[in-house]
Amino acid sequence: MDLITLRGIEKTYQMGDIAVPVLKGISLAIRQGELVALTGSSGSGKSTLMNILGCLDRPTAGEYWLDGQEISQLTTDERALLRNRKLGFVFQSFNLLARTSAIENVAMPLTYAAEDLNDREARERAAEMLVRVGLADRLDHHPAQLSGGQQQRVAIARALINHPPVLFADEPTGNLDSKTSEEVLQMFERLNTEDGITIIMVTHDPKVAGHAKRVIRMGDGVILEDAAPISATGGKA
Amino acid sequence: MRVYTTARTAFRALRRNPMRAMLTTLGIVIGVGAVIAMMEIGAGSSTALKKTIASMGANVLVIRPGTASSGGVSFGAGSTTTLTPEDSQAILRECPSISNATPMVRARVQVVYGNRNWVPNAIYGATPAYLDVQDWTILAQGEPFSDRDVLNGNRVCLVGQTIVRELFEGESPVSKEIRLKNIAFKVIGVLTPKGANMMGFDQDDVILAPWTTIKYRVTGASSSTSNQSTSSTSSDSVNTLSNLYPATQGGLYPEKASVQQADNPMPIRFENIDQIMAAAINSGEIANAIEQVGAVLRERHHLRPGEPDDFNIRDMAELTKTLSTTTTLMTNLLLAVAMISLVVGGVGIMNIMLVSVTERTREIGLRMAVGARGKDILRQFLVEAVVLCLTGGAMGIVLGHGGSLLVKLLLKWPVETSLTAIAAAVLVSAGVGIIFGFYPAWKASRLDPIEALRYE
Ligand SMILES: Nc1ncnc2c1ncn2[C@@H]1O[C@H](COP(=O)(O)OP(=O)(O)OP(=O)(O)O)[C@@H](O)[C@H]1O
Ligand SMILES: [Mg+2]
Repeated sequence: MDLITLRGIEKTYQMGDIAVPVLKGISLAIRQGELVALTGSSGSGKSTLMNILGCLDRPTAGEYWLDGQEISQLTTDERALLRNRKLGFVFQSFNLLARTSAIENVAMPLTYAAEDLNDREARERAAEMLVRVGLADRLDHHPAQLSGGQQQRVAIARALINHPPVLFADEPTGNLDSKTSEEVLQMFERLNTEDGITIIMVTHDPKVAGHAKRVIRMGDGVILEDAAPISATGGKA
Repeated sequence: MRVYTTARTAFRALRRNPMRAMLTTLGIVIGVGAVIAMMEIGAGSSTALKKTIASMGANVLVIRPGTASSGGVSFGAGSTTTLTPEDSQAILRECPSISNATPMVRARVQVVYGNRNWVPNAIYGATPAYLDVQDWTILAQGEPFSDRDVLNGNRVCLVGQTIVRELFEGESPVSKEIRLKNIAFKVIGVLTPKGANMMGFDQDDVILAPWTTIKYRVTGASSSTSNQSTSSTSSDSVNTLSNLYPATQGGLYPEKASVQQADNPMPIRFENIDQIMAAAINSGEIANAIEQVGAVLRERHHLRPGEPDDFNIRDMAELTKTLSTTTTLMTNLLLAVAMISLVVGGVGIMNIMLVSVTERTREIGLRMAVGARGKDILRQFLVEAVVLCLTGGAMGIVLGHGGSLLVKLLLKWPVETSLTAIAAAVLVSAGVGIIFGFYPAWKASRLDPIEALRYE
């Protein structure tokens, strides 16, 4: 069964009197356990599409089915709840809270979770996540005391704290050197194969895209090329 | 968990920039501190003022016999004699708002000591309760007379400071004998100085004696015209006209010989008195007291509904008015100062919260991306503002209380710790946090997560 289905998604920004169409009818299906790379030239609408997929934005037209639910018409609060439960985000610039320890950064999304964990349980869960991304010995480090790669791994741990089925990453390696990029990508592959998490990442770098099982190339608001998945059964879906 | 987490997040956010948080709250600290200090000093002064005004007689009710009128001609207050000492006792017994009451008779006669003489402003006959009613219980010298003295009509008296000055030239009058209309009174105590009252009446120019003694030995009868002129009394023997116009009235009962009197102490019987003086529990109870006294007297005097009172009750309305206007003025002044400083403090809070929201736009975007709803963000920033204000309020309470203690220590001003002020300060600072923190928090909650995340 498809985890994500887009049908004729359009996004048009209104700049005063001028309508700027950014997405011009995107249809696509992503199955549980895929590792998808979204590429394309700058300004082709990758980030715009990611924001819609990540339920941060609403499409101007079209249908978006996520996990069997049509969500393009959900209210702001309903989308917030959905993001908390089902979606994880990894950003190019990490977006960690300054002067806040790694463990507290990771535990932060639990504050908004429906399940009411107490402080100790929340810290245990966060520590568990940090161990999983290989930062067992960096629990109380602040972002300023971590390398770029370590910061991005903290961000990944934070994205996974609520056990979401989908992880979105917009240029996750954009601020990292090639060695740490490789580390982060290997972690994505491991999460994808071992835990069956569906990962959708935006990238410019063909080397990064090479780690994906499926590459979608965009241009000027439409999908130009969709290389069929080599193996869509990477997960246990 | 949720509230606790929110509060902790707020504390952490504030700790990130402690210097700025300190400076931000300074407005609240100073505002609340000033309010607390002024409230405590104000409450102290107000109590002191109330005491002073009470000693001037603000709580006192004067009940006088009613107006006699004949054919439409009124003879003025006190022209009939309807009040009895039993009325006074009944008032004390039956009116919960009355703390004490005394019957009173007045006389104005010449006083002689040795070769000096003097006509006091007032010679009052009362019970020992008079001193309590007038807040005059502490004597400069000697002892007050007792209820037994009243019962027996003993010839003892207390004298005021002016009498001491005029008759005794400063020597101690205690145990000396003075003569009022040729009746010897033993001075047993000296009143403390009280000065003039609001009307300029010298309150120290007074002699106080058991009312029975004054009534039966000095005036002989209720003096419906108590201002017997000095000349007419002192010139009894020389002015033959005095026989035509007798200045003194005969007693209701024939004078007794001294042996008779010793054997037979003055029986208490139906008699009327000039007025009753009663004290309300406090100045706020005066209206109730007047009502209760009126009811008791109407019943005792068997007045039917619709029949006019045969007495009238006067309070020191002017004093009470002064008291209440002074206190309201003070309270309003304090309130105005409090408002201004708190508004200034609140604007500071709002300003810094707006800066904080702008600075943390990305954080807000991130929190929204991981599932924070608008109201979560609103609450977070609101709690932050309230925490900021409450911290400032707490410091202000400490500062203000310390300040007022200092004033008490150094300037010896009367100061009263006010729990209400402290509770109000806590509530008000939380309120300021909510009111002035709301706009920034609302702004934060309305941010678009995508734009917030992209914010540089
Ligand atoms: N809020 C907006 N208002 C108006 N136009 C917008 C807005 N956001 C994006 N656009 C436009 O939409 C187009 C696509 O932007 P988008 O950020 O999706 O590109 P991208 O593919 O992610 O590019 P890059 O690879 O440089 O990140 C751009 O031309 C941009 O100007
Ligand atoms: Mg982009």
